[in-house]
Amino acid sequence: MREVDPRRQVSRRNFLQSAAVAAPAAALATGAGLSVDEAWADTAAALSPAELKTLVKVARDIYPHDFLADVYYITAVKPWDGKAAADPAVKAMLSEGVGRLDADARSRHKVPYAQVGWEADRVRLLAGIEHTDFFKKIRSDLVVSLYNQPEIWPKFGYEGSSADKGGYIDRGFNDIDWLPKV
Amino acid sequence: MATFDLNDDGLVVIVGSGAGGGTLGTQLALKGIRTVILEAGARHNMEDFVNDEWASFAQLAWSDMRTTSGSWRVARDFPNLPAWIVKAVGGSTVHWAGASLRFEEHEFRIRDAYGALPGANLLDWPITLAELEPWYAKAEDRMGVTRTNGIPGLPGNNNFKVMEAGAKRVGYSQVHTGRMAINSRERDDRGSCQQIGFCFQGCKSGAKWSTLIAEIPKGEETGNLEVRPNCMAIRIEHDAAGKVTGVVYADEKGTLQRQKARIVAVAGNSIESPRLLLNSASSLFPDGLANSSGQVGRNYMRHMTGSVYGVFERSVHMYRGTTMAGIIRDEAHHDPKRGFVAGYEMETVSLGIPFMAAFLNPGAWGRTFTSAMEQYPRMAGMWLVGEDMPQETNRITLDPAVKDKFGMPVASVHYDDHPNDVAMRNHAYQQGAAIYEAVGATVTYPTTPYPSTHNMGTNRMSAKPRDGVVNRFGQTHDVKNLFVSDGSQFTSGAACNPTLTIVALALRQADHIAGAMQRREI
Ligand SMILES: Cc1cc2nc3c(=O)[nH]c(=O)nc-3n(C[C@H](O)[C@H](O)[C@H](O)COP(=O)(O)OP(=O)(O)OC[C@H]3O[C@@H](n4cnc5c(N)ncnc54)[C@H](O)[C@@H]3O)c2cc1C
Ligand code: SF4
Repeated sequence: MREVDPRRQVSRRNFLQSAAVAAPAAALATGAGLSVDEAWADTAAALSPAELKTLVKVARDIYPHDFLADVYYITAVKPWDGKAAADPAVKAMLSEGVGRLDADARSRHKVPYAQVGWEADRVRLLAGIEHTDFFKKIRSDLVVSLYNQPEIWPKFGYEGSSADKGGYIDRGFNDIDWLPKV
Repeated sequence: MATFDLNDDGLVVIVGSGAGGGTLGTQLALKGIRTVILEAGARHNMEDFVNDEWASFAQLAWSDMRTTSGSWRVARDFPNLPAWIVKAVGGSTVHWAGASLRFEEHEFRIRDAYGALPGANLLDWPITLAELEPWYAKAEDRMGVTRTNGIPGLPGNNNFKVMEAGAKRVGYSQVHTGRMAINSRERDDRGSCQQIGFCFQGCKSGAKWSTLIAEIPKGEETGNLEVRPNCMAIRIEHDAAGKVTGVVYADEKGTLQRQKARIVAVAGNSIESPRLLLNSASSLFPDGLANSSGQVGRNYMRHMTGSVYGVFERSVHMYRGTTMAGIIRDEAHHDPKRGFVAGYEMETVSLGIPFMAAFLNPGAWGRTFTSAMEQYPRMAGMWLVGEDMPQETNRITLDPAVKDKFGMPVASVHYDDHPNDVAMRNHAYQQGAAIYEAVGATVTYPTTPYPSTHNMGTNRMSAKPRDGVVNRFGQTHDVKNLFVSDGSQFTSGAACNPTLTIVALALRQADHIAGAMQRREI
């Protein structure tokens, strides 16, 4: 069977496309976009660097994929900064949400959310705010803004667009070779 | 291509260009009848379709506001997206997967076959399978359905092969690559399936039948059909005698226009069609046009649906190739011994990563969810589709508060599962899981219904005017020159996918309308 190569496809066309559409400038500055400059959050328009970094942690805890580098979670979460800059109500919702998570974390673990060591402990904190507008909005936005990044599809074994490659008629639509005979 | 005058009162005016409206308009034009189709959505070309789930959704899907209520889970997860249907020329045949099956004989007489079922509003159709058979045959030929008219079946993809092997192991025998309105070889000036795998996103190769590419252009060629995209019908008007006289619509600039008509046919899909009739209430028709029975908007059906995804040790790549070319029909019959009436089909289905994330278990998060997502290349998938019970209280109403940009109240969709639907779904989940486990699935996921793709029943056909909205030809009982031409005519939904029946009814209706016009009855 033809398997899918999970490595990042850095054909020039893909790279330019993703540069324009998805990846934040700070990530691109480091080249392939796999590691992120520490200062990526410093240029935020409305949210503090700490708030943005907490949101990224929250995003990873909501949809943890250990094979995805931070850059994809940053890409997914960063647009909230623009929305917060444009709308004070959004900014308030985000700041209050992060504030509440940090307060809960401090009272249980003596550190802010992003510094709580174990994912399981952070997930318990998230479960405590699952019913809030803040959590619901972050999660429902994230399910699109994370999984709709074409750069991550090969890591999930998904090949994306196919008409431009002639479909799968000659590329393994029926190449399964392990089924038991019946 | 024709253009007709707004004041021309000799026209047939059709609302909606999908399976029902697009077919009816084309067939009337071929018969020499001058026809205008008003279509709320834009007109796209095949080349403009995109192999990208969300981008395609943004391009094609109906995303105008709708509201929901009821115990179905869709109302909780997608409160403003009760249905996944298209707003574009071609209607939902642009999205559809092509599965084209005939109703069974007993599915036209369910009150008779299933008996009285508490809470359900069962009624026999005023037509029989025998009457519809010649029209099914015409529709199959027209649409180029595989396994009919000597057209070979499509080749099975990986997803089908897994389902087929599992089905055989659990003892099923009616398993094949479906009756699909997708070319398995060149036909009707359209090429054969390239196994692209984006059937839901508007087939870019043209192998899949749609009214957009396979019907409407033929109608337009006659000079008798005009399709007006970006024109949203708001209200149907009538004269003092109660005959309809035309349709008021908002054109692409949002300006209101009035198109006069000799006959009006409503084909906006089962949510918008009753909305339009209800919004056309007047002093003569205070409860909405053609609604003396009170049944307009009621008996909304969306099929018992659900999916099962199975995870295997080795790769499947279910997304490669035709999305729905695979079916098991062994559970489609009526056998109350299973604990429910009516039956269901199992059909292959696959979603890409973006839609899988949104629909596998809406609202879920954390490692259980992401671990499922990480099994994606090793997943096989099937869709469960069975007959749901019509209930009077499952209905489309005009939302009392929310209006669209033209000031028209939006459709509010209420749906509760009937206990029979729940029992059938649970049975189907078990059988689906057993099929995959029989060929080594390590995990299976019983997946909740997606927003409704099959919408039916909200202007049901009935023998007696007091039981329903339209007669055996889709003509409204109350208004002689007003027709319903889409899936909202269905008296019951059957186990199978609805579109072949919609097309067969539209072809039959075109014949009826042409005859009645010639005889000067309307
Ligand atoms: C993803 C998907 C897969 C599917 N797969 C299958 C399948 O394999 N087999 C099958 O049988 N069926 C399938 N279906 C269902 C099938 O597409 C529908 O049953 C069928 O298209 C319904 O036909 P219709 O004429 O009732 O409405 P539609 O085809 O939806 O057409 C209605 C049209 O009316 C327009 N309209 C609505 N209101 C107005 C208004 N007020 N003014 C002007 N225009 C208006 C809409 O914009 C739309 O274009 C699928 C559907 C989807 C979404
Ligand atoms: S798989 Fe076939 S029908 Fe589906 S999009 Fe591709 S060519 Fe069209």
